[in-house]
Amino acid sequence: MSAARPNMAGHRASTNAPHSTATRAYRCNLRIKQTFERFLDLCFHISLMTTYLLRRIAYMLPILLGVNLLVFALFFLVNSPDDMARQALGDKAANPEQIARWKEALGYHLPRLYNREESGLRCFTQTIFFQKSLSMFWGDFGNSDMNREPLGREIRKRIIPSLCLTLPIFLASLLCNIAAALYLAANRGSNLDRMAQIGCVLLMSVSTLIYIIAGQFLLGKQLRLLPVSGFLPGLSMLRFLLLPILVGVLSNFGGGVRFYRTLFLEEINRDYVRSARAKGLSENRVLFVHVLKNALIPILTNVPIQLLMLIMGNLLLENFFGIPGLGGYTINAVAAQDFAAVKAMVFLGALLFMLGTVLADICYALVDPRIRLK
Amino acid sequence: MTDFFQGWPAKNLATGILLLVLFLLALRLSRRAYWREAFREIRRRRGSMFCLAVLCVYLLIALLDSFGWCSPMRHPESGELMRHAQSQKILYDQGASALDRLLQPLRHKQEKTYSAPLATKQFFSETELDADGVPRRVQPALLYPRQHLFGTDRVGVDVLYQCLKSVRTGMIIGLLTTLLALPFAMLFGVCAGYYGGVVDDLIQYVYTVLSSIPTVLFVAAFMIIFGQGLAQLCLAMGIASWTSLCRLLRAETMRLRESDFVQAAISMGSSGRKIIMRHILPNVLHIILITAMLRFSSEVLAEAALTYLGIGVGADTMSWGAMINDARSELTRDPVIWWKLCAALLFMLGLVLPANIFGDAVRDALDPKLRQ
Repeated sequence: MSAARPNMAGHRASTNAPHSTATRAYRCNLRIKQTFERFLDLCFHISLMTTYLLRRIAYMLPILLGVNLLVFALFFLVNSPDDMARQALGDKAANPEQIARWKEALGYHLPRLYNREESGLRCFTQTIFFQKSLSMFWGDFGNSDMNREPLGREIRKRIIPSLCLTLPIFLASLLCNIAAALYLAANRGSNLDRMAQIGCVLLMSVSTLIYIIAGQFLLGKQLRLLPVSGFLPGLSMLRFLLLPILVGVLSNFGGGVRFYRTLFLEEINRDYVRSARAKGLSENRVLFVHVLKNALIPILTNVPIQLLMLIMGNLLLENFFGIPGLGGYTINAVAAQDFAAVKAMVFLGALLFMLGTVLADICYALVDPRIRLK
Repeated sequence: MTDFFQGWPAKNLATGILLLVLFLLALRLSRRAYWREAFREIRRRRGSMFCLAVLCVYLLIALLDSFGWCSPMRHPESGELMRHAQSQKILYDQGASALDRLLQPLRHKQEKTYSAPLATKQFFSETELDADGVPRRVQPALLYPRQHLFGTDRVGVDVLYQCLKSVRTGMIIGLLTTLLALPFAMLFGVCAGYYGGVVDDLIQYVYTVLSSIPTVLFVAAFMIIFGQGLAQLCLAMGIASWTSLCRLLRAETMRLRESDFVQAAISMGSSGRKIIMRHILPNVLHIILITAMLRFSSEVLAEAALTYLGIGVGADTMSWGAMINDARSELTRDPVIWWKLCAALLFMLGLVLPANIFGDAVRDALDPKLRQ
C-alpha cells in the first residue's frame, strides 16, 4: 500500500535504487504530508457537509412558518372561533353565553392577531395566533378540545406505536420492491417480466381497503393465524403488527416494483454499463454493483414521496387494526370535531415530512459528492 | 343559492360546460399532427382501445347520471296532473337523472332485506306462524326472484343499482380534481419556469409549503372545517395535488425556455405572454394529459379510502368507498355476506384497471423520451 502511494501521487521515487537516508527521509516527509492533506480534505468535507446541513435546516424554517400560517388561516380565519364553538356544541344547542363559555375554557376568546387591551410584547403574545399556532414551533401543542388533555403527551405516547408500524413497512417495502425490480430488470423482456408487469398493474388497481379486508378475513378470521386487530405494548406487539405490516408492504408492492424497474432499465442503457460489460464483468456484477449503486440517487429522491404515501396508508392501517398511533388518533379527532388535535397533526405531519426530506437529502449528499458542492 | 345549485338546471349546465370543454380540447388536439400520430399509436394496440371503450362506458353512465329533469306530479290513481291549490301551477317532483329513469325497474324492485345474487329466497330465515299457529323457521320467497344480479343489501336495495349510481362519484373525483388543479398548476408552473427570479422563488415557496402537508391530513383539516361532501373533497384534493403537476411544468418550461425556438422568438421581440401561449403551452400539453391520466386511478382509489375514514364524500352520496365500508361489518356475520363488497370491488377494478392500462398507453405514445 505505502509503496504504491507515491507512484499514484505522481512522484517518481526510483524503487530500484538502494534505500539511501535521503530517500527514506523524503518518503517519511511525503507520508506526513499526505496524512495532513487527507486530514485537511476530511475537515473540508465535514465543513461542507455541515454547512450543507445547516443550510438545509435553515431552509426548513420558512417552510414550516408557511405551514403554520396556512394552518392558522384555515382554522382561525376561514373558520372563526365562533363557528368552531357552534360546531363543537351543536348548532341548535348553542346560545351566545354557551359559546362564550366554550371559548373561554379553551382559550379561543383572545383576539386573533393583535391584542389591543394588552401592552408591550403582550399585544402579540396574548393572541390566538401566538398561543395556538406559533407555539407549535417550540413543541407546545396545546390541549385537546375534547378532553382538555395536553396534546404533547398524547403525541409522545402514540408516536412509538406509529413508528413501530411505519418504519418496518417502509424498510421492508423498499427492500422487497428493489429486490423484485432488480430481478425483473435482470430478466427483462422475458415472459416472467411481462407477466409481472401485468401483475403489478393489477396490484396497483386494487384499493388498499381490499388488501386490509382480505388480510383480516383470510389470515385473521378463516385461518386464525394472526389477531384481526388490537395492540399490546412490549414484545407482544409483534404478533399484532405482523398483519398490518404485511398488508402495508403488499399494498406498496405493485407501484413500487414498477417504478424501480423503470429506474433500473433507464440506468442499464447508460454508457458506463456498456463499458463494464466490455471490461468482461459478469452480468450479475454489473447489475448488482454498478447499476444498483448508481440507481441509488433516484431511489433516494423517491424516499420523501414514499414517506407521504406511508402517512396515508398508516391512517387506514391504524384505523382498521386498532393500533393506538397518530393516524388513528387523527381520524378520531376529525370524527369528534377536535380542532386543536387536527391542527396539531397537520403541523406535525408537515414537520415529519420535512425531516424525512432532510434525511433523504443528507443520504443523497453522502452518496453523490457532486451535490454538496452546488 | 344552495337551492339553485342543488337543482337540475345548474347540474345540467355544469355537465354541459364540462363536456363542451373536453370536446373543444379534443377537437383542437386532433388538428395537430403530433397528437394524431400519438392517437394512431394508441389505436394500434388492441388492449388499450378496449380499455378506452370500457372507460367510455363508465363516462356514459356518469353523464347519464348527471343529466336530469323534473317531471310533473300525477295523481297516483286517476293519473291527472296535480296542481297547486291556489295558483293552479303544475307541481313538479324532485326530479331524477336520466340514469335513474333508465334504471326505474331496478330502483323499484326492493326486497325486505339481504338476498344473495340471483337468489329466489331471502338470505336469512324468518320465524313465521303456520296454519296451526306453530312458529316455524322459513326462508321467505323474494318479491323479485332471480332479478338481482348482485343481490340486495340490508334494507333490500339492489346492489347493482348502488354500484351504477356510484360510478358518477368516482368519475367526478377522478376528473374534476385534476381539472380543478389544472389552471393553477399551468399558470404558476409555466410562469415560474419562464420568468424565473423572484416569481419563481415565490411560487416555489408556495408549492413547497403546500406539498409538505401530507394530502390526507390536509383533506382531514379541510373536511373538519367545511364538512363532508363531494364538492369539498374535490376541492381539497385539487388544492393538495396541483403542486406535483406545477413542479413538473416548471421544470419542463425551464428546459423549453433554453431551446432554440423559444430563444429565437425572444430575439425576434415576442412578448412573454405570446411566447407562453404560442410556444410553451402546446409543448407541455402532453405532460398535463399524461399526469391527468395517471392520476385518475389513484384519485378514485383515494376517494374510497377517504370515505371509509370519514373524511370523504359523506353519507348522502353513494360511492364505492361507502359500500365497502358498509360491507366490512357484514363480513363478520355468519354466514358471510360477500356480494356487496365484491360488487363494489369489481366495479372499482373495472374503472381503475382500464384507466391504469390506458394511462400507460397514453404515456408511451406521448412521452418524447419513450417514443423513439
